[in-house]
Amino acid sequence: VTTVGELTLTERAHRIRRTVLRMCAGRGQGYAGQGLALAELMAALYFHELREHDHFVLSTGHSAIAVFAALHERGMYELDELETYGMDDSRIEESPLEGTPGFEITGGSLGQGVSQAVGMALGERVQRTDSRVYCLVSDGELQEGQVWEAAMAAGHHRLDNLVVLIDNNRMQADGATADVMTVEPVPDKFAAFGFHALRVDGNSFDELLAAFDEARSIRSKPTALVCETLPGKGVPSFEVYEKVHYVRAEPAVWQRALDELG
Amino acid sequence: LSTSLSPAVVCEAPFGAVLVELGAAHPELVVLSADLANYTDVLPFADAYPERFIQVGMAEQNMMGIAGGLAKTGLLPIAVTYGVFATRRAYDQVAMALATGPSRGIVVAFLPGITTPFRATHQAIDDLALMRALPGMTVIDPADATEVAAAVRAAVAHDGPVYMRGQRGSVSQLFNPDGFTLTIGEPRVVREGTDVALAATGLGTQWALEAADVLAQRDVDAAVLHAPTLKPLDGDTVAAFCSRFGVVTTVENHSTIGGLADAIAAVVTDRGLETRIVRLGVPDRWAEAGSLAHIRARLGLAADAIADAAERSA
Repeated sequence: VTTVGELTLTERAHRIRRTVLRMCAGRGQGYAGQGLALAELMAALYFHELREHDHFVLSTGHSAIAVFAALHERGMYELDELETYGMDDSRIEESPLEGTPGFEITGGSLGQGVSQAVGMALGERVQRTDSRVYCLVSDGELQEGQVWEAAMAAGHHRLDNLVVLIDNNRMQADGATADVMTVEPVPDKFAAFGFHALRVDGNSFDELLAAFDEARSIRSKPTALVCETLPGKGVPSFEVYEKVHYVRAEPAVWQRALDELG
Repeated sequence: LSTSLSPAVVCEAPFGAVLVELGAAHPELVVLSADLANYTDVLPFADAYPERFIQVGMAEQNMMGIAGGLAKTGLLPIAVTYGVFATRRAYDQVAMALATGPSRGIVVAFLPGITTPFRATHQAIDDLALMRALPGMTVIDPADATEVAAAVRAAVAHDGPVYMRGQRGSVSQLFNPDGFTLTIGEPRVVREGTDVALAATGLGTQWALEAADVLAQRDVDAAVLHAPTLKPLDGDTVAAFCSRFGVVTTVENHSTIGGLADAIAAVVTDRGLETRIVRLGVPDRWAEAGSLAHIRARLGLAADAIADAAERSA
C-alpha cells in the first residue's frame, strides 16, 4: 500500500501543504503551523516508510491536520470533507478520537501517546509479528512526565520495533518551548533512557529517509528521531508569524498563503 | 433466597486462579502490573504465561497507556494495581487509553475502601465515584471470592471497558461458586426480609449481612439487596426493592458521595419513589488508619452500628 504513485515525495509534501491550508480556510482557523511543518514527515511516513501492518500513533492530537492531509493523499478522505475541519458535525476534528478512520488512539490529552505506542510495540512482539510502531509527539509534550515513564519502559523492554518521532517545532501554547520549559537536550535525554537517538532536519527527505533506514537497522533499542521542523514551512508569511501555533485569519489571508505556497 | 449463602469459607487468591483459568481459553489476555505483582495475586498468571505478563514498573499512568496500546493490537489487557493509583493517579489515562473505544481494557483495583491500614494514600474511597463518571465504564465491586472470579469472567466477556475492585489473599466466600455467574447490571436480593431494608455492594454486602444477623437477634427481619455492579444498575430491580420500604439504608466500602448511595438515590428520585435513603459508608473525610475492624468501628460500619442505624431509621 505504500507504493509511491507517479508523484515524488516532494510533490506529495507540497500537496499536503495545500490541503492543510484549504482545511483551515474552511472555517478560517486551525493548526496550520503544525500542518505545514509536518508535510515532509507525513509524506515520508505515508508514501515510503509505513507498511500495511505498521502502526502510526499520533500523540499530538493537535497535529491531526497533517495526518488528515496525508490520508487524503492516500485516498481515505475527500477534500470536500476535509474542508469541514473543525466544523460542527464534521468528523474531521481538530483533535480526533480513537475510531476516526486513520487514527488508532485518542491523542490530544498530551503526553499519553508514547505509552500507547509502547503497548502496541509490546503487543506486536507478544504476537511475534514484524510490525513496527511510529509515534509522533511534539517537543512541548515532552514536559508531560508520562512521556518519560513510557521512554523508560521502551528502553527497558528493548523495543526495537518502536520509533518515537519528536516534532521539535520549538513552540507551544504559551510561547517558545525554551521560554516555557526547557526540554533540550532532547536526543541526550532519550539516549539516557536507552534509545538510539538522533537529530534530523524534519523538513529534509534525505535526512528523514536515511534516519528511518538507520532505525530499522538498530537492534535491541527503540529509536528517537528528533525532527527539527519549521512551523508554517512553505508559506513565508507564516514562517515568521509569531502566532503560528494556532492561526485564525480572514479568507484573504488563507488565499494569500495558498498563493505564497504556489 | 435467590442466592444460597454457603457457610463461612475462605478462598485463597481467587483472582490469580481465575486469571490462570481464563488465560488458557483466551490467548489474547495480557496482564500488566505496576510493581505490585506480589501484592495483587497475579503471579500465578505470570508463572503460567510469562510472555503475556508485562511488568511496567511503578508507573500507573504509563501502565494504562500501555494497556491501551496492547488493546490496539488485538489483545485484551487487564491492568492491575491498587484502587487509588488506578483512579486518582491514572484517571485521564484510563479514560483516554481504555475508555474512548472502540478498543477496550479491564482495570482490576485492589485495596478497596478501608481495607488497608494506610490512610488517604492507599484507601480507595472515591474510586467507584470516579469510574462511575466515565462514559461507558462498567463498575463492579464484588462481595466475595466467588464474585471476584465471576466478575473477571464477566469483564472478559463484556464488550466495553470495565473497572472492578479486587480482593486479595484469603478472601471470604459468601456465595456458592457452583454454577455462579455474575450478570453485569443486575442487583439481586441476597436476604429476604420485611422489616428493614439494606442495600449494599462489595465488602459492604458482607457488613450488611452481618448487620442482618444482628437484627435477626432483635427480631427485626432485614432484607438485603446486593448490587455487585454499580454501573450499569438495573433500575427496575432497585425500584422494586426500594418501593417496598419507607427507608433503605445503603452500606458501602466507599465514600457516601458518588458510589452506591448515589446510584440508588438516582433511581429513587428519577422514578419519584417516596423511599428515603440513609447513607452508610465513609463520610466526607479521610478515614482512620488501622485494622479494618477499628476503622469500621470509627466510621459506624461495625455490624451492630449498621443494625442500629437501620433500625433507627425504619
